[in-house]
Amino acid sequence: MDVILFYIAGAVAVIATLLVVTRLNASHALIYLVISLLSIAVIFFLLGAPFAAALEVVVYAGAIVVLFLFVVMMLNLGRSSIARERRWLQPGMWIGPVILTSILFLEMIFVISSGVGTTLGEQVGPKAVGRALFGQYLLAVELAAILLLAALVGAYHLGRRYLRDRREEPML
Amino acid sequence: MTAITIPVEHVLVLAAVLFLIGFTGVLVRRNIIFVLISLEIMMNACGLAFVAAGARWAEADGQIMFMFILALAAAEVAVALGLVLQLHRRFDNLDIDIASELNG
Repeated sequence: MDVILFYIAGAVAVIATLLVVTRLNASHALIYLVISLLSIAVIFFLLGAPFAAALEVVVYAGAIVVLFLFVVMMLNLGRSSIARERRWLQPGMWIGPVILTSILFLEMIFVISSGVGTTLGEQVGPKAVGRALFGQYLLAVELAAILLLAALVGAYHLGRRYLRDRREEPML
Repeated sequence: MTAITIPVEHVLVLAAVLFLIGFTGVLVRRNIIFVLISLEIMMNACGLAFVAAGARWAEADGQIMFMFILALAAAEVAVALGLVLQLHRRFDNLDIDIASELNG
């Protein structure tokens, strides 16, 4: 168990994030964004925050990036073609993400195979987080719920008009 | 457990670097999808700083702030992607410089 794991994951995060910002294709950028989020989840795990690491993977990489992908695919629908799909399957497109995720994968193998002390430093487990979250931070949780409800209503409003009158041009 | 702890300064430097990359992305890119992705990177860097601070003091508060940032990011991305759909419908383009009517 070594602190070098943190520096490897941090380097992967910086490289992947730089590649996110410099990509021209949105799908490629989202793939690198997933790698960046996964490496930050590794860092959370090393910092002794396993619950935050799980949330990073589930909510960020699992939900938010997929939401982005839905919109990108939706907007690309008219212009997609078999030739472009074939071009996306060239080795040059996926070799970078594979290398970066292989580094994280080897790190995970090393951490799992090196025994029980899987965290550097002191660990703050899910139980402590949940107790604080629904104890002293209960009001903030309810405020976050109201925020999410407002976002749900707003997203429904914006998306519904897109479906209803895409033919005519209302200027409001 | 006498483990080697990660220096919190290095984690904060990493968070600052990621935040600056995201900030540069917001300033440089003109495609609204990339602007939103860069905003996500910036929020994620803030969450990393919070978790690092929580790990430094071995308290749960850092992770709780990270969860609130997560909720904020989810709410922001839902509304912003609705706006992306509207922009695509009105202008058939994702360049944010097109929607600059408020400039006057």
